[in-house]
Amino acid sequence: MDLENQKRVLGFAEQYGPENVVVLLGAAEGEASGLAAETVTAGDPTFSGPLTGVSLGLTVFHVCEPQVKEEFDQAVYEEQVGMMEMVLDVDDIVSEMTSIRDEFCKYLG
Amino acid sequence: MKSVIKGAGYILCHVPDMVLHNGTTQTTEMIVNPEGEYLKALPSHLRSWEDVLEYWPNQVYIGNKTPDELAAVPQPFYTTPCDVKERYGHFGQMMPQEEFTLLMQASDVFDLVWLDKNFVAQYKEQFAANPMIDETIVARIKDGIEISEIERLVKEEHSEGLYHNGTLVGCVKRAHDIDVNLSAHVMLENIVSKASSVLALIAGVQNAGYQKADIEYVIDCCEEACGDMNQRGGCNFAKAAAEIAGLVSASGSDSRGFCAGPAHALVEAAALVEAGAYKTVAVTAGGCTAKLGMNGKDHVKKGMPAFEDMLGGFCVVIGENDGVSPEINLEILGRHTVGTGSAPQNVISSLVTDPLDRNGLKVTDVDKFSPEMQNPDITKPAGAGDVPQANYKMIAALAVKRGDIPKADMPAFIKDHGLTGWAPTQGHIPSGVPYIGFAREDIMAGKIKRAMIIGKGSLFLGRMTNLFDGISFIIQANSSAEAAAAAGVSEEEVKSMIAKAMKEFAATLLAQAE
Repeated sequence: MDLENQKRVLGFAEQYGPENVVVLLGAAEGEASGLAAETVTAGDPTFSGPLTGVSLGLTVFHVCEPQVKEEFDQAVYEEQVGMMEMVLDVDDIVSEMTSIRDEFCKYLG
Repeated sequence: MKSVIKGAGYILCHVPDMVLHNGTTQTTEMIVNPEGEYLKALPSHLRSWEDVLEYWPNQVYIGNKTPDELAAVPQPFYTTPCDVKERYGHFGQMMPQEEFTLLMQASDVFDLVWLDKNFVAQYKEQFAANPMIDETIVARIKDGIEISEIERLVKEEHSEGLYHNGTLVGCVKRAHDIDVNLSAHVMLENIVSKASSVLALIAGVQNAGYQKADIEYVIDCCEEACGDMNQRGGCNFAKAAAEIAGLVSASGSDSRGFCAGPAHALVEAAALVEAGAYKTVAVTAGGCTAKLGMNGKDHVKKGMPAFEDMLGGFCVVIGENDGVSPEINLEILGRHTVGTGSAPQNVISSLVTDPLDRNGLKVTDVDKFSPEMQNPDITKPAGAGDVPQANYKMIAALAVKRGDIPKADMPAFIKDHGLTGWAPTQGHIPSGVPYIGFAREDIMAGKIKRAMIIGKGSLFLGRMTNLFDGISFIIQANSSAEAAAAAGVSEEEVKSMIAKAMKEFAATLLAQAE
């Protein structure tokens, strides 16, 4: 994850409290989604950004995951995400995201 | 009359030592993790000159192989050496580091680049033998200085070292003691961009069949900026490169727009020619040191070569309608506007389907789409996927949503209307333009009628706006015969007009020769 984005995520977590922050991803691949999710939960796996060694454990979802889709007005979702949903390997993304969340998320019941 | 694409040049410069010393992934790592495993492992992943010559995507970039041939090569491409291993191709060339270092010195007009005199003596003849390098450029090569002086400049004067095979062979001095915009680091980046643009310009003008003095205007569309502390982005790389390339009749200016820059610049160039402001405009861009080894960590981690060791450059020459060359159709422009939004769906609609709708065309009326043409060998291991394929999937999905094609036809649409990526991840270089050389040939050979070039830019990187950006245009078969017929001129008359123009052109050439 971009170093500047890591800094912003860290800043929001400090400002609002990590339990009040949800990170919503739009990455195009399962692997890239997993890496970003790992960065905001376990810490930066590339050891280069501000989240190196910082395990925020934030709640993190990809916009194509069913739990997130349910939260949207379906017309808006179709307009904004519908095409990408057709293009992405949603199953792969869901599987990556679920495994990272199960292991590192601190704020899901 | 619509302007036409007269030719294109594509060049690559193999600079493995710059990957280590100038790529930002590596320079960042030197600051945050200098003793880390990555910096220790990277040198053993760098490719040799022979490796880059036999690398399929490179041979496609310089025109020795076609995108269709590349599509048949199993991925990752690096496991299958290309049967063509030439450094020269009909679009341009691959230049080795030693020659490029000399070209940097030749491109410097402020005595900032200094080379070891033994290095110059060793490689000057090889440089002069490069058929694209004429005597005016060779004459700019200085004899060089003692290596001890270069070592002093690096140690004591904040100069940036230039290395070859791990050895210091030169340096770029800072151009000002205090101004960070003229620091050695910035000057090195800018001279690299300029030098690779010079090489691209020479290739483009040659391929377009023009004399250097025929070019009236140059637009540079790279992603660098030059200027001092009072005008940090004053620029005009265009004119600076045109001077070294010998384009004596050219004026120029720069156009910027991140990765969308080349597509914006081409639309501007086409408009200038169509409006009659200039007869010939060259759009050019050199390469970027910062992006060398950008995804190196992933390549090293996965035991792959560090593919991002090539600086890219391109030049497309736009001229007045000659009745033969493919045209740029400015009536079918895709525009990502301030109000478009950044959802992928909106972006693709604004760039692909909206302009087609406005002109009564379907998605399937475009034979080939050229969006972001990154080489998947580079992007897949980094988790960014196959970028061209992702674009084609989006275009196909949109075509399905609009009812242009049934969903079952998506894979066939992607295969028929798409291309396999071959461009180095040099930001603006992969963005739509790598296909223009092939598009010109494919259209003139009658293989396709219409290609769409799509440029996209991530403006948020500059922290001035969160807006996305993009622009697209259509290249089509020359329609002047049809237009003339519609206007009541017969095909015979058009042929006779073209013949007359060719005769006049030949007479001019003969007169010049005499």
